[in-house]
Amino acid sequence: MTPLLEVEDLRVSFPTRHGRTEVVRGVSFSLGRERLAIVGESGSGKSQTGRAILGLTPPPGKATAARLNFEGQDLRNATPKQWRDLRGRRISLVMQDPKFSLNPVMTIGRQLMEAATRTSQTRAEAKDHALAMLEAVQIRDPLRVFKAYPHELSGGMGQRAMIAMMLIPEPDLLIADEPTSALDVTVQIEVLRILDRLVTDRGMGLIFISHDLRLVSSFCDRVLVMYAGKVVEELRASNLAQAQHPYTQGLFNCLPKIEGGIRPLPTLQRDAEWAR
Amino acid sequence: MTLYWSREWLLAEQPASRRQARVGQAYRTWLALRTNRMAMVGLTIIALLILMAIFAGVLAPFDPIQGGDLRTERLQPPSWTHLMGTDDLARDIYSRILYGSRITLMVVSLVAVIATPVGLLVGTIAGYFGGWIDNVLMRITDIFLAFPQLVLALAFVAALGPGIENAIIAIAITSWPPYARLARAETLTIRNADHIAAIQLQGASSARIIWGHVVPLCLSSVIVRVTLDMAGIILTAAGLGFLGLGAQPPQPEWGAMIAGGRQFIIDDWWVATMPGIAIFVVSLGFNFLGDGLRDVFDPKVRK
Amino acid sequence: MTFDASEQEGRRGALPPWLKRLGSLFITLVVTLFGLLLVTFMIGRVVPIDPVLAAVGDRASASTYHKVYLALGLDKPIWEQFLIYVNQVLHGNLGESVLTSRPVLEDIGTVFPATLELSTVAILIGTLVGIPAGVLAAVRQGRLSDQVVRVLGLVGYSAPIFWLGLLGLLLFYAKLGWVSGPGRLDVGYQFSVDRITGLMLVDTALEGQWDAFWNAVSHIILPASLLGYYSMAYISRMTRSFMLQELGQEYIITARVKGVSERRIIWGHALRNAAVPLVTVVALSYGNLLQGAVLTETIFAWPGLGMYLTNSLGSADMNAVLGSTLVIGAAFVALNLLSDVLYTFLDPRVRRQQ
Repeated sequence: MTPLLEVEDLRVSFPTRHGRTEVVRGVSFSLGRERLAIVGESGSGKSQTGRAILGLTPPPGKATAARLNFEGQDLRNATPKQWRDLRGRRISLVMQDPKFSLNPVMTIGRQLMEAATRTSQTRAEAKDHALAMLEAVQIRDPLRVFKAYPHELSGGMGQRAMIAMMLIPEPDLLIADEPTSALDVTVQIEVLRILDRLVTDRGMGLIFISHDLRLVSSFCDRVLVMYAGKVVEELRASNLAQAQHPYTQGLFNCLPKIEGGIRPLPTLQRDAEWAR
Repeated sequence: MTLYWSREWLLAEQPASRRQARVGQAYRTWLALRTNRMAMVGLTIIALLILMAIFAGVLAPFDPIQGGDLRTERLQPPSWTHLMGTDDLARDIYSRILYGSRITLMVVSLVAVIATPVGLLVGTIAGYFGGWIDNVLMRITDIFLAFPQLVLALAFVAALGPGIENAIIAIAITSWPPYARLARAETLTIRNADHIAAIQLQGASSARIIWGHVVPLCLSSVIVRVTLDMAGIILTAAGLGFLGLGAQPPQPEWGAMIAGGRQFIIDDWWVATMPGIAIFVVSLGFNFLGDGLRDVFDPKVRK
Repeated sequence: MTFDASEQEGRRGALPPWLKRLGSLFITLVVTLFGLLLVTFMIGRVVPIDPVLAAVGDRASASTYHKVYLALGLDKPIWEQFLIYVNQVLHGNLGESVLTSRPVLEDIGTVFPATLELSTVAILIGTLVGIPAGVLAAVRQGRLSDQVVRVLGLVGYSAPIFWLGLLGLLLFYAKLGWVSGPGRLDVGYQFSVDRITGLMLVDTALEGQWDAFWNAVSHIILPASLLGYYSMAYISRMTRSFMLQELGQEYIITARVKGVSERRIIWGHALRNAAVPLVTVVALSYGNLLQGAVLTETIFAWPGLGMYLTNSLGSADMNAVLGSTLVIGAAFVALNLLSDVLYTFLDPRVRRQQ
């Protein structure tokens, strides 16, 4: 069986005054219907990796790859129409902060309908579908949220609406780019739980992009650790404690533990060698 | 010091003196500006304008005020003798345009010299002190902004009497409010900066802080704005001249020259067209330069 | 102080936010109009013309002179004179024009529709061309069409409007004969159209005089396009920069991920957001058209407020000059207020605050 997604030697570069700078430098992995985490600090290229898979590298940036297949379909030279058919229906993306990722001058309902009308026959059916999806992300009063503008919702509500919007067409792959980082800690767990359930129930593939190694280890099957645009280590989430790479160990160890642990917390030592 | 004025000295990562830092910053700005083709075209035009004004006496083949023979040299089309033709008083238009550059340059620089300090002072004082001072000063600024510039300038000139000096005063009076707004906004962002607090703790007076520390920080953005406005100032001055409220005849002011050629526009097109081209090229130059400066100082606007 | 009132209301929190916003806008309006009056009053004071002599003529006797001097309130302290002035203006008295011997307000009432018509047609042209041009430039950023829009805009910023007007008349009227010349109508139609609204296009249409209507169109098209070009320069530039800003926002990525068509992303998502600040831009350029109208009207012999103002300037008719200045200033302020109100209704974040 072909994997859901195959990525080989993905590179993303941006022009600067001193020529092109690569922010993603040869990332390769393949993904089945499983939960893969991409972990790294800000600037490690993890978000650009996620965007490149959707063909959304912002101009003037450029993404190239030796292989970029989605269910066997080569995405490298996909036409705008092919991309449009793929995005939303097959691959979706949840971004960090609903304050920015929702259109501020459109009601949540209209934004949901944009996604829902693509897979429904009639508008009424689309609306039912959208409202049902709002309920599925555990919004108690879907009709109120449907009529609301984004600024009228709390961060957690907004992010649930965002997840609902992205799952309406029932995609095969969901890319979640720091989906809980902008939320309060208590809300984070709730949103994660909702995301977890939906992904499991619908048997989707998930790429979970995060800077939080601990969070990821409890939530995903496999972890890619990125540093300076490269994958420095790939391992099963359950084996994180046995990480080989000093960077992964550093990331893992500098998290505070409830049961005492070390004090002061060690700072992360970086080695120029890793970036080579 | 001058020994160190090399490329390395200018681009040093760690400048040794404040002067080196400042000069180095200016040099970097220049480097960025130099790659902007439009800005360079604008700069060239302005340089040519300045040269024209300085050497008008040498370059002009005829007297700008005293015309030739009214019977034979009146309203001549452009030729090798009269590059841009002659007007109804048999004066060589080319020579008049050359001398007119002096008036244009004078208007632009005087307005800038009067309006920039006023705007800076009002804006920084309002932003630095805040409270009711801010309220009163900004309300006054808003009132001036409530009039379209040309109309207010017209009313002032009507009251003061026509003439180039009064036109300059009127344009200056109506030009400072946007600079005050800008300077205030800049001041608000730096007012609470740590280095300002440090100077306050050293017991520096407010006047000293505003003049020595706030004004220099606002200066660059205000200068960019003034450059952008130069073209507008030239057009307003030309408009006043066209309406007979600016420079008085027989002075070779470009706007007034267009007004003079207006009645001959159908048969003798060059009389009104030539000075118009001069105004157009010069304000285009200022607009090109201003646009380029904005690119350099505010890269967000145009990537 | 007056402008603190809105803040205090805010603390009480009794009114809905948008109403409070309108309330504070209204206070701003009153203060600004008061300031306008102060400015015109002061300009009136520095005039070297003796207002009494201007009213009675230089052959009047000393007693007549003194009587008018007292009647104009010139013996009173300056602040009282200002109050008298404010009172008069509030009662619609802008003084009498020396040139026409009619009340200035009446004169302005007669000429204003011509300016209104000209600037409205111009702003329509400027907006309908400027916004699509700006959108195009933003979407095709850095490419040829972007450069063309940019250069066209800079040319609009740089050419003196009265000069372009003269060239336009020379080319399109005198040489090519595509449009009609100066004025609002050909002489033949001038007395056949009754004044209903004062807007020539509307009046001729209402009366069903289609010949006259098309004649009016051929007269207005050149000056209106010229003025429209200037507002187009500004509008397209601002549209471009607002659009670039919006197209870089994350909600655009969201829309792309949803598979929304590019056309809908540009016109439905990005422009809808850019429209909020664009309203202010359009209102401001509408106000600036009043200024451009002063010069354009003199060129095209367009009997509007601008020509009235320049004619009064020529004959040192200060009442008329200050009256027109005041009206233009007030119109400017009113447009600003209107844009603020529209802003409130276009932006749900302001309209529906919690």
